[in-house]
Amino acid sequence: MEPLLKVENLVKRYAKRSLPGTPEELLALDGVSFTIFAGTTLAVVGESGSGKSTLAACLACMESPTAGNIWFEGKEIANLEERARRQVRPQIQLIFQDPASSLNLRWSVMEVLAEPLILQRKFSREEIDLRVTLLLERVGLSPETLKRLPIELSGGQRQRLAIARSLALEPKLLILDEALSALDCSVQAQIANLLMDLQSSLGMTYLFITHDLAMAAHLADEIAVMDRGRIVEQGPAQKILRHPEQEATRQLLAAMPRITLAPPSLEQ
Amino acid sequence: MTAILEIQDLHVSYRSSRGRLSPALAGVSFGLMPGEIMGVLGESGSGKSTLAGSLVRLLPDNACVTRGTVQFEGKDLLRAKPDQLQQVRGRRISLIFQEPSLALHPTMRAGEQVRQVLAAHSSSGKSALNERTRQVFAEVFPEEAGRISRSYPHQLSGGQRQRVLIAQAIACDPSVVIADEPTASLDSTTQMEILGVFRTLREKLGLAMIFITHNPALLSGFADRVLVLYAGEVAECGPAETVLASPRHPYTKALFQSIPAVSEKSGYGHKTKLPAILGDSTRSSLPIRGCPFEPRCTERMDICKEREPALVNLSTSHTVSCFKYES
Repeated sequence: MEPLLKVENLVKRYAKRSLPGTPEELLALDGVSFTIFAGTTLAVVGESGSGKSTLAACLACMESPTAGNIWFEGKEIANLEERARRQVRPQIQLIFQDPASSLNLRWSVMEVLAEPLILQRKFSREEIDLRVTLLLERVGLSPETLKRLPIELSGGQRQRLAIARSLALEPKLLILDEALSALDCSVQAQIANLLMDLQSSLGMTYLFITHDLAMAAHLADEIAVMDRGRIVEQGPAQKILRHPEQEATRQLLAAMPRITLAPPSLEQ
Repeated sequence: MTAILEIQDLHVSYRSSRGRLSPALAGVSFGLMPGEIMGVLGESGSGKSTLAGSLVRLLPDNACVTRGTVQFEGKDLLRAKPDQLQQVRGRRISLIFQEPSLALHPTMRAGEQVRQVLAAHSSSGKSALNERTRQVFAEVFPEEAGRISRSYPHQLSGGQRQRVLIAQAIACDPSVVIADEPTASLDSTTQMEILGVFRTLREKLGLAMIFITHNPALLSGFADRVLVLYAGEVAECGPAETVLASPRHPYTKALFQSIPAVSEKSGYGHKTKLPAILGDSTRSSLPIRGCPFEPRCTERMDICKEREPALVNLSTSHTVSCFKYES
């Protein structure tokens, strides 16, 4: 089977601004390779500064990699012209950490959801209305929210809205860049459940970027650990968690805050 | 032992632009012991930041404290005059905020920002101030104290910036530090590092702390006691090891269960549904009467709809607000 996404030896260098005359470079991605098959989840974990978000930006065609290849459904997309990129972008959607700053707060929920559909110029007014209603239902928001503004929604509802918007153009790959990190624990569980539902009903493929190893292990089929621009360890989620081989992975595991509930029998 | 900070029956409301009062805190009481770390746990909207602000009266203009007292060193801070408050705020009780990049001045060196806190509260001469600044930096940055105090905030990492805020907070040798989600914007490795700094400072300086967070896992092995806030009320309060290992309030239980566990025994099956708490706690979805958690509670009884439960003592130190435990 051909993978949905195949990344080979991806490199991204940024010019670092420093004193004149001393050009410096920051190597954000240093030869990253991996594949994701349709309908599965790959979690990318690592400390801040390890290159996770640069990876997301390159995959979503927001940044051009310095070197390396990205194949999406067998097509090379790393070095496309702007016109050709526009064909690919709807199929790879990005969801950010903070829905409050990734949504236009002056637009109603209806406007937020209709915009991507209007920009495609393929849909009639009626079709857009119908699709928006379906999207709302899909992410568990009630039809009354259509007229509200994002600021009138709770954090969890806002993230649902961001997910609905990213689903509007029926993408094949969703990149979730710390999409749960800003939410309360109880809301994180709700959104995680929603993501799993969407995966089983729509066959969605996720690239789940996070520093929360516990959530990564719960949601993902495979985990890739990033450290200073490289993937240092990759494998099935449970294996990474129980038998980490690299120092970077062990450090992430050690830093993971955890609580252990007493067995229920002791509770009463 | 008597409490160093005693909060009694605190009620705080926010006035909307139409003049309506909506309550944020409704009758919160607890005492903070000297040298104790009290973890305050709550989701957004539970009133945890209002609590932090009202203890030193740093609340938005539309907030009003409608009832209660906050006793500290023989004074009621809620009724203290502005100059008395100035003596306490930043000096005896200091605050650390969530977003270190917003709390620091972008074009002032880190050392100067700490020195100004000292200067605001003391009349010592320049050399004494500089000396104390050096001491404080050495306290929070065991290595590279000198380089960091000469750096600007943008040259520092998130964790280093948070340490600069900690340096400001401990500069005047306070007895209480209130930290409002101090690690929320940091990744997990840095989070642990900052918790380590707090722990060392508590041991070295005997600080008492109120540590506000939405993440229960952070409190394990860190806090001495845990206070769980729900919709502005105390749901449960008790010793950290008891509350975190065997929570009693249905909200606390459900909250802990919604976090994916990692240990092999208690871990949920891979990719199975997490037991999320349904609904939310926004003002509009709270019941008009009865227990505020009743609409989301899986253990609700008939009485929960009728009136609010009172705090029940499970032991001398563990209280819970739920009818299940009323005899």
